[in-house]
Amino acid sequence: MAQPDDYGFSEEAALLKDSARKFFKSNFPTDKLQKMVADNPDSARVQESNWDKALWQQLLELGWTLLAVPESADGLGLPAVAVAGLVEEAGRAAFPCPLLATLNTTYVLAACGESANAALREIAEGTTATLALTNRTGSWLPEDTEVVVSEGKLNGTAYFVQDARKVDKFLVCARKGTAHSLHWVASDAPGIAVHADAIVDLTRDQAHVGFVDVEADEVCEDGLKALEQAFPAICTMLAADVIGAAEWQLQTTAEYARTRTQFDRPIGFFQAVKHPLVDVMIQIDEAKSLVYNAACAIDHEPQRAAEYAHMAKASASETAAFASSRSVQFHGGIGYTWECYVQLYFKRQKHSQMLWGDAAWHRARLADIVLGEVG
Amino acid sequence: MSESDSKDTLEQAEFRQHCRDWLSDNTPAEPSFRLPISALEIMTEEQLKYLKDWQKSAYDAGLVGCDYPLEYGGGGRTNCQRIANEEMHRAKTPYMPNIIGLGMAAPTLLHHGQEELKKHLLPRLLSGEDIWCQGFSEPGSGSDLASVQTFAQRDGDAWIINGHKVWTSLAHFAEWMIILLRTDKTEKHGGLSYFVVPISSALNKGVTVKPLIKMTGETGFNEVLFEDLPVNDGLRLGGLGQGWQVATTTLLHERDAGELVTPRSGGMKNAASHNADTTNLIDLARKAQYNGKPAVQDPLLRDRIMQQLIRETALQENQRRTRVPALLEHPARLQLQNKLLRSEIAQEIAALALEVAGASASLYLGDENAPAGGQWPLAYMSTYGNTIAAGTSEVQRNILGERILSLAKSK
Repeated sequence: MAQPDDYGFSEEAALLKDSARKFFKSNFPTDKLQKMVADNPDSARVQESNWDKALWQQLLELGWTLLAVPESADGLGLPAVAVAGLVEEAGRAAFPCPLLATLNTTYVLAACGESANAALREIAEGTTATLALTNRTGSWLPEDTEVVVSEGKLNGTAYFVQDARKVDKFLVCARKGTAHSLHWVASDAPGIAVHADAIVDLTRDQAHVGFVDVEADEVCEDGLKALEQAFPAICTMLAADVIGAAEWQLQTTAEYARTRTQFDRPIGFFQAVKHPLVDVMIQIDEAKSLVYNAACAIDHEPQRAAEYAHMAKASASETAAFASSRSVQFHGGIGYTWECYVQLYFKRQKHSQMLWGDAAWHRARLADIVLGEVG
Repeated sequence: MSESDSKDTLEQAEFRQHCRDWLSDNTPAEPSFRLPISALEIMTEEQLKYLKDWQKSAYDAGLVGCDYPLEYGGGGRTNCQRIANEEMHRAKTPYMPNIIGLGMAAPTLLHHGQEELKKHLLPRLLSGEDIWCQGFSEPGSGSDLASVQTFAQRDGDAWIINGHKVWTSLAHFAEWMIILLRTDKTEKHGGLSYFVVPISSALNKGVTVKPLIKMTGETGFNEVLFEDLPVNDGLRLGGLGQGWQVATTTLLHERDAGELVTPRSGGMKNAASHNADTTNLIDLARKAQYNGKPAVQDPLLRDRIMQQLIRETALQENQRRTRVPALLEHPARLQLQNKLLRSEIAQEIAALALEVAGASASLYLGDENAPAGGQWPLAYMSTYGNTIAAGTSEVQRNILGERILSLAKSK
């Protein structure tokens, strides 16, 4: 299979991206985000999960969570490039919501085959979900899960579960003898304890989730195969979120460099500011081009989807780090304060940078594909 | 990688087939002598003749200037040059010698030239019968191009030119030069006018071409001295004092950010056309030893090679995304990065190749033990031509910061 030159980014996809941008711009400006999530700077505060559920409800009604659900499960089955366009805009707004978690879960379920169709139908009806498969050391390899299933009951703990307190369901990867199966379970089922992590990122929540004799439906026998197939989409969508957020960082910092005056000139005049800002833009554009290439590969060139997703996430992770660093530095003293909005994106990006593998991790896997593994 | 022909228009698809048919019979054999890295280092008449013959035959077959109007010797097609370029590259053809003519002079002539001038000059330019060079930089005017001092003094219907141009690639073979001249000393940008001037016919009659030797040891660029050279006013492009605006068209195309796709062939693999790309880098890493093991197994080198592969892929994908307006934040944002990224990525790849080669990186052209025939040190040094010429990387970052991010102008 070969990729279409225009990524298959249709008029419909362009319309979706444009309407998402307008939706977030008019309904969720950054000052609203700051008021919602940054009301208390005390690091000993109770971990809250403040988000705009009413706005999320509107987003559900627009059908944005069922875009990736296959048509066979009553979804829209849109190509990954169209979904990436939406995620880029959600990232630009840093909108706290379980969109990314639900999309990730959708891609895994869609890779499970028939057995996961009922779960996919739930998502098509508005159910939200997240993946629970990471161990306490933060291994991104699902075979390292600490959750075990035996006689239909889950036991153990899943760590670094994203937006765990916003979702209705968990999709859990559990060791089953020598295999790994996937299980679909309500987030408030008996035996489940959700412990909020105290995290840096104010725009998301994260938890470790304990399972004690939890009854859960098995939706996939070969969980590792499904996760391997869906992993390119998981990485690509997070990378799409990152480039949207990085574009916000770039535009906000450029605006500051146009207006803040020192030595009788706007600071953007000085090449010590101008050139690194251009380098931020260059990094964003490289990552963005790689994101749409990776997204296109998911539908049109699946044999290379993993390779391109590693490129996209490696590039996006570097971009997240660099755009964040420069956004605070070029805002000077004000950029170092709690009240300045750049802190919100700085923290979200540092979270995204490491989530589902940092740049070096992805490059190591890419090298194994391109250069062959070292024996 | 993208299949480049899946979204062709009907015209493009038919034309692509024509290119493939013609190239399958007419791609020239590799020459018995060495060709330099690019047309900018052509040194001998033998090299020039081989490359001119190739450009002429590709032109006669309709693969050069496809998108130029028929009346100026073009193919009268729409968006077909990119197709021809892809097919010529795929067929591993040599590059074309009239690189400055095709990339800079032709689009500038088309946009700003008078009718008669276009009809007279463009067909011979596109066919490569006339080689062109560019007279912009001067010893005192590099990044600050608008400060050029070479002066044209009005003399009835003509102008008398005196001054000194430098870094002039291909001047020693050129029939024509595009030149930025000062026609008014009282204004900086507004005192410039743009001309085309005959060079070969005026050699030693007002024009002197002196070769300069590059750090690689190659020739190819020159300094050009003008002493009382008379030039007819009919050879002016654009209005008097409009030279800077005309030069902007040239510079946009020089940086691959213009409207017209430059005819460009290439792809021929031989020992001397060694591109600083990751295919060659990985090939080197498989052959070279590092700490007693194949370099390709060293974890730090693997990481750094992947960094370059990712950026090289991103550059290709940038070019693809340029064609998808819905995925652009600003219409010129990617195009204005093109030259900067292409030159800097090649430089980083070549620099890394020298590290992979280790001690052998010391061996240059002519040493029988040099990896890839000593082409890597040559390629590395050559990349500085690209990060300096056509506006240095520093100037490119100013342009991007000012035009795309609207930051305060340097000047």
